[in-house]
Amino acid sequence: MSTEELTGAEITIRCLQEEGVKHIFGYPGGAVLFIYDALFKQDKVKHILVRHEQAAIHAADGYARSSNKPGVALVTSGPGVTNAVTGIATAYMDSIPMVIISGQVPTHAIGLDAFQEVDAVGITRPCVKHNFLVKDITELAATIKKAFYICSTGRPGPVLVDIPKDVSQEKTRFSYPASVSMRSYNPSSKGNPGQIKKAMQLILGAKRPMIYAGGGVILSNAATQLTHLVQMLNFPCTNTLMGLGGYPATDKQFLGMLGMHGTYEANMAMQHCDVLIAIGARFDDRVIGNPKHFFNKERKIIHIDIDPSSISKRVKVDVPIVGSVSNVLDELIKLLMDSKEKPKWEKLKPWWAQIDQWRKQDCLKYDRKSAIIKPQMVVEKLYKITKGDAFVTSDVGQHQMWAAQFYKFDKPRRWINSGGLGTMGFGLPAAMGVQFANPKSKVACVTGEASIQMCIQELSTCKQYNLPLKIINLNNRYMGMVRQWQEFFHGNRYAESYVDALPDFVKLAESYGHVGMKIEQPSDIEDALKEAFKLKNRLVFMDFITDQTENVFPMIPGGKGLSEMILV
Amino acid sequence: MENEAGALSRVAGLFSARGYNIESLIVAPTEDPTLSRMTLVTVGSDDVVEQITKQLNKLIDVVKVIDLSDGDHIECELMLVKVRAVGKDRKEIKATTDIFCGRIVDVTDKSYTIELTGTGSKLDAFLDTMERKIILETVRTGASGIGRGERVLKV
Repeated sequence: MSTEELTGAEITIRCLQEEGVKHIFGYPGGAVLFIYDALFKQDKVKHILVRHEQAAIHAADGYARSSNKPGVALVTSGPGVTNAVTGIATAYMDSIPMVIISGQVPTHAIGLDAFQEVDAVGITRPCVKHNFLVKDITELAATIKKAFYICSTGRPGPVLVDIPKDVSQEKTRFSYPASVSMRSYNPSSKGNPGQIKKAMQLILGAKRPMIYAGGGVILSNAATQLTHLVQMLNFPCTNTLMGLGGYPATDKQFLGMLGMHGTYEANMAMQHCDVLIAIGARFDDRVIGNPKHFFNKERKIIHIDIDPSSISKRVKVDVPIVGSVSNVLDELIKLLMDSKEKPKWEKLKPWWAQIDQWRKQDCLKYDRKSAIIKPQMVVEKLYKITKGDAFVTSDVGQHQMWAAQFYKFDKPRRWINSGGLGTMGFGLPAAMGVQFANPKSKVACVTGEASIQMCIQELSTCKQYNLPLKIINLNNRYMGMVRQWQEFFHGNRYAESYVDALPDFVKLAESYGHVGMKIEQPSDIEDALKEAFKLKNRLVFMDFITDQTENVFPMIPGGKGLSEMILV
Repeated sequence: MENEAGALSRVAGLFSARGYNIESLIVAPTEDPTLSRMTLVTVGSDDVVEQITKQLNKLIDVVKVIDLSDGDHIECELMLVKVRAVGKDRKEIKATTDIFCGRIVDVTDKSYTIELTGTGSKLDAFLDTMERKIILETVRTGASGIGRGERVLKV
């Protein structure tokens, strides 16, 4: 233990240094002034000043998703915390490891309706993995250690540490715990060997197998194992929206994304398979639609997930395996390799023939000869120009689905989107975080004119830190997904979904010191993208004026089943 | 669960957020002052109870969860009842209290306060025998429970 006494603020920063944190995203305010002062006096942890606390959390989130390191954000008390809540809930729904440090009013003022006081622990409780209010400076270092441990182990998630101003001001001796042991928190990571064996037997007996892999594969860094397993078995594989990149999208065994806007072949194979292997996925309502319809067909289900509460929540399964995806897949692959019984590819021929029939539906077709820009084409060209190797963030809505359908992610952690909470405004700040974590990589944000305006102020942050993001604005003058639902289910009554009085995005980008482009002809898409990516050191805002009436297909209407898709 | 500030609200918040029902809830520190033991009574299908158990286990402050109704267990609840006790009622109330093995713990010339322990249904039965109009006030702790025999919940 060091004999030197440090303030709570200095301890906070020292803890971040000990954790190897390079970047934190934040916004100062009264309750965190001591912490900002401590940040000022060192240069190991670089602070990124955002323009709104929501963006700080999304940026830390994008940082975490693209780098596999916990994201860290720092916000002040009161409105600092409430602004952060949307970001925290976004990270919670998608199980993203993150530590949020919030300032609090001094301990003696807590509960007295002090200026900028809010019950941060209470307000964030339902949307964090855990949270702490540190009332005693001697517990500060150990609490931050716990926060990093909890956020990144088991099923990851955001953890908030609320630090009252007086705690950041007081002094104590600093020692950072080398390890954490908590009697109430011991996440299991190894799957039960008996269950894995049962799974193997089902797998070997399958005639119409299907592998359905979600965000757990990405979080567990198990893309390599998943790919190995799928290829040794010659099984078809689908990814959820959160799982894209978990299996190479350009591989012939990949059936595309499944779910509400999934491909015909993926959804049909889900419905008609005899053995379903769910890996790090949770059968949510946007994935299997109506569970009653799903149960119309009999199938055996193997479910691998680190969170026991995700198993048998919406869908009863036959072989539950609780454990980290990466460990369980390692064990399963080993068992299959050692087994005398080998996978029989021959047996799968009729199933693949059936899948090829479904593929002929060509469910993602669209009018390639249109005189107006089709949004799908923009994403296809983006894929082509970036050679499929960019990090792509998105906001929420139609553009998100087109990005997911048309950008073929071959690698994990390249596709960054708000899947669970569906947070408009996520794309731009998340892209900032991605760029900080991957300074040399191409980062594109596929967005729409409605979503981008929810965090547009971050164009200023991008200028301050020279982030050369490429913003692909699919501008159809509507909240496209809302408009689509109104067209399909509300008698074409487009209530409040038309976005009037849009800014001139080119001038807007320029006023922030960036490059703006407006693209109105399909023939200009490719050249514009090429030009934008040539500007290596500049943020380019590309405003693509797209077809207002384009819809996302296929679509499973709410309450319908997997095989009840609306097709083009 | 850990005897930490806010631990109770994590449990209560989980139930309200996920639409589960709390029939009763009782919590106090154990012989180990860093630990609290909570007995929570809820109703739901097997699937719902399974989800509740899993969700409770996910809370960081929760050390261990058992479903007491999985096996033989003892359930006990404490009730205090204040009744109007005047005239010939006084004798009758005393007699009923004795039958239910209760105790009169406070007396005024117009009222008795009765302490009664037992299962929820025993306490209900006692209240049923009292005329509604003489009951001035009741307070019940909700059930606390423990496994029968060698069955022990220990951390």
